[in-house]
Amino acid sequence: MPRLVSHPDEVIVLKRRFGQGAAKIDRYIALDGYAAAQKAIAQGKDAMPGWIIDTMKASGLRGRGGAGFPTGMKWSFVPKTSAKPKYVLVNGDESEPGTCKDHMLFREDPHAVIEGTIIAGLAIGAKTGFIYLRGEYRTLLNIMEHAVADAYARGFLGKNIFGSGLGFDIITQTGAGAYEVGEESALMESLEGKRGVPRIRPPFPAVVGLYGGPTIINNAETIANVPHILLMGGEAYCQLGSERNGGTRLFSISGHVERPGVYELPMGYPLRKAIYEVAGGILGGKELKAVVPGGASCPVLRADEIDIGLDFDQLAKCGSMLGSGGIVVLDETVSIVEFALRTIKFYQHESCGWCIPCREGTDWIKKTLTRVYEGGGAKKDIETVQYVAENMMGRTFCPFGDAAAMPTLGFVKKFRKEFEDYIEGKKAGTPLMTEEHILVGAGH
Amino acid sequence: MSTVTKSIFTPELAAYFDRLVTVYPLKRSALIPMLLYSQDEVGYVSEAVIQEIAKRLDLFDLDVRSVLSYYSMLRTKPAGKYNVQVCTNISCMLRGGYEILDHCKRRLGIEHKQTTADGMFSLEEVECIGDCCSAPAMQVNYEFHDELTPQKVDEILDEYAAEDRK
Repeated sequence: MPRLVSHPDEVIVLKRRFGQGAAKIDRYIALDGYAAAQKAIAQGKDAMPGWIIDTMKASGLRGRGGAGFPTGMKWSFVPKTSAKPKYVLVNGDESEPGTCKDHMLFREDPHAVIEGTIIAGLAIGAKTGFIYLRGEYRTLLNIMEHAVADAYARGFLGKNIFGSGLGFDIITQTGAGAYEVGEESALMESLEGKRGVPRIRPPFPAVVGLYGGPTIINNAETIANVPHILLMGGEAYCQLGSERNGGTRLFSISGHVERPGVYELPMGYPLRKAIYEVAGGILGGKELKAVVPGGASCPVLRADEIDIGLDFDQLAKCGSMLGSGGIVVLDETVSIVEFALRTIKFYQHESCGWCIPCREGTDWIKKTLTRVYEGGGAKKDIETVQYVAENMMGRTFCPFGDAAAMPTLGFVKKFRKEFEDYIEGKKAGTPLMTEEHILVGAGH
Repeated sequence: MSTVTKSIFTPELAAYFDRLVTVYPLKRSALIPMLLYSQDEVGYVSEAVIQEIAKRLDLFDLDVRSVLSYYSMLRTKPAGKYNVQVCTNISCMLRGGYEILDHCKRRLGIEHKQTTADGMFSLEEVECIGDCCSAPAMQVNYEFHDELTPQKVDEILDEYAAEDRK
């Protein structure tokens, strides 16, 4: 079980109930639980949806899954009236390598996810919400299912929630192992009992989503923020963060740091401080080589590029992404060629195969990088990798193709010399994989 | 009412499935949970499991097979009683994930996706399991074990073996 960590620089919103037994409903209620849903209902049936959406817009909250789309705006796209039922779908298929924040949320504060789902439902006029957890999170799904049952027993879910006359149901769902299902349209396919392949957009899920009905799909962390925002007010939440990046975020800091962990930091917090102060610096006092700032799909930053604030816009400006907030720290001993190979091996394994540029591209990049890594690379291999990656970008139904191509391009561009050295027979760093590891196992 | 009169599952699981197919707007949504929960009980997704699930959901066997082949946790052959799944993805790799995997191979005397002769343990190298901040990590069945060292792995595997003898 991931351990609870803390640091004085943390700004605590989401982690407020961590380590306090809030999975038990009485404890959650004692810690202001379910007060936000009741506050929303107290606005009156007519005013409530607008009030929730306005508060969410004011909060500046942007999607915590990776894309960073403004949550309030996403909700406002759902048509007011619809012939088909509307749905809320909570994405707890946390699979981005380097990310384990939703894991902590489900374990430490499951009712916050439930309450956020109820509020999202009230905002768009949905009667049903789904909370989908990846199959590997069975122990966490059990916690969620207990919490849902407790919420039904108290009348917080069901036909007449909080005595309001409004109905709302939550259905929990397990996945069965597939990174691609974390993509919103593949997630809907999976929930409909199909292979997790993406759908073309438009139509967007807010108009035609789950079972053909208007659907909002939000990451579990995004949803867990909602009750806090309603209680503290949109503006107050927004002010915690940086410009156009409201609030705080759960950052999973892993890899070569002294104190890895899930830390809640304000949006815009300096990356250098996150590594050297919050996470305690580089493991064993070694030198920093590189950072993957937002999960495996985000282009790498060199050690001289970490004087930057952790928000969506600042990371985008320097050619990377904040992604899912998974900060992976690499010390001086890491071979970037090896790290790039392990990354593409993952994407090649997980590509759902629906779009040819992604299916073939990830395979060719893996094959080419394997050759470079093993010392049989040709000079043109670097260009081949770049060419293939560039031609995957924007040519697939879903962002997976980009997610595989972007980190590859980042490694090659930022550490080109290292790739050239490998081709000339000069290896760098301390190898972590053997030939056998490359040829068998995960990624095959 | 179940469409299946003679279920291959325990009465508890059969009753759970009877209810599960009614909770969704479309009953096909029960397919992936049913496959995984069947596997938990039977040990793998057998032909009989495929046929019963297809019948319960009014699907062709082929529909079930098509979905089954997509999801990496689903298997069509038995695994060990304790399925040891070692993560070697980036965060775990940096903290010794491959050492842990190799240690498991030596200790259990098996390779990736193999099972010990006594059927007790199977081993799998897996992609990120979402325990990155306590890497290296593994799961045994659904339990997380992390901040692993070879010695800690030995203790964990000893505990499972002892649990089995009880």
